[in-house]
Amino acid sequence: MNPVLQLSAQDWLSLFNHFASLSLLAVGGAITTAPDMHRYLVDETQWLSDSQFTSSIALAQAAPGPNILFVALMGWNVGLNAGAGLGGGWISAGLASLGVLVTMLGMVLPSSVLTYTATRWAHQHREKLGIRAFKVGMAPIVIALLLSTAWLLTISHKQPGQDWPLYLLTALTTLVVWRTQVHMLWLIGLGALLGALGWV
Amino acid sequence: MPEIAPLNKPSSKTELFVSFTLLALQGFGGVLAVVQRELVEKKRWMTREQFVEDWAVAQIMPGPNVVNLSLMIGGRYFGLPGALAGVAGMLAAPMVVVLLLAMAFGGVSDEAWAQGALRGMGAVSAGLIAAVGLKLISALRGNPMGMPVCIALAAASFVGVGLLRWPLAYVLLGTGLLACGWAYLQLAKQAVHAGEAP
Repeated sequence: MNPVLQLSAQDWLSLFNHFASLSLLAVGGAITTAPDMHRYLVDETQWLSDSQFTSSIALAQAAPGPNILFVALMGWNVGLNAGAGLGGGWISAGLASLGVLVTMLGMVLPSSVLTYTATRWAHQHREKLGIRAFKVGMAPIVIALLLSTAWLLTISHKQPGQDWPLYLLTALTTLVVWRTQVHMLWLIGLGALLGALGWV
Repeated sequence: MPEIAPLNKPSSKTELFVSFTLLALQGFGGVLAVVQRELVEKKRWMTREQFVEDWAVAQIMPGPNVVNLSLMIGGRYFGLPGALAGVAGMLAAPMVVVLLLAMAFGGVSDEAWAQGALRGMGAVSAGLIAAVGLKLISALRGNPMGMPVCIALAAASFVGVGLLRWPLAYVLLGTGLLACGWAYLQLAKQAVHAGEAP
């Protein structure tokens, strides 16, 4: 594998800046900014291949932990590309780690500073009518957003004739988790097994 | 009935860090469902009502939702060090795991069985999120807006985001402002009544 990329300090800085600005735009979760990441990393700079981009998102969803880690994987892959693939040894590993650091700090730092400051302020003024109204008013809407997310994930499989076993699996999971204390890892494992066997 | 017993809280930043690490490592396809079950139902660090409030803020502030949630919960108990412990717990171990997986299985994700497994896990995680939503409905019972108004607002938001697929920001500006405005009026009315009859 040959080095496919030469990244200057300037490039690393603009990578950081790009993720830092997305951090402040990511209302409703980091995944909402994925289209813009694709535009920047794949189309514009060509630091990532299309399949590296897609598999970063897929792998982060399959792995344990918050889905935001797809950002770390993107940084990792940019770093690898900047080295020479995994064959590049410690230099590649170092560049890949730098990629993780740059993208994750960019994605997390600005929004965290803002959220921490804002929630501190809100906590100090928690008896104010405006703050209480916000919390009370947003409660039903946030619940609706959770249900919408689940709904959109489900109907992203668009062929009812073929995808109904997936719908059924989602519905059964909902019922089981809502009504029982069955450990969620069993359900995830079951889903993975059914999927790997091609039954859903 | 279940809300009467006093809430627990983490005894140290280490406990916070370890708890969040364990939570995160159980969260396949997203950690929200695990956070809700562990922190609200098992550890009882917060009530369902508090969880809904925190999740509302975490979702409306920009940035990764779960990171925002971790830093709010951590910050509540131990200030800035607690916030850092919460976020670090949520991210550090899973990040190592996901990078190891990327190194080991980078090429596997194209195989048919791996694609299938992802489909299956995706369907389950959709169910987990739906179940969290359904469980949290009970947190609306004490809401000063009243249950019918809450359901109407939730239904309108669901139609906007889920069925019509409007951008989240528009829906938040629409139903969100309406809800906060109505809540403000109701709370103000309550405050007046409380003032009249001490």
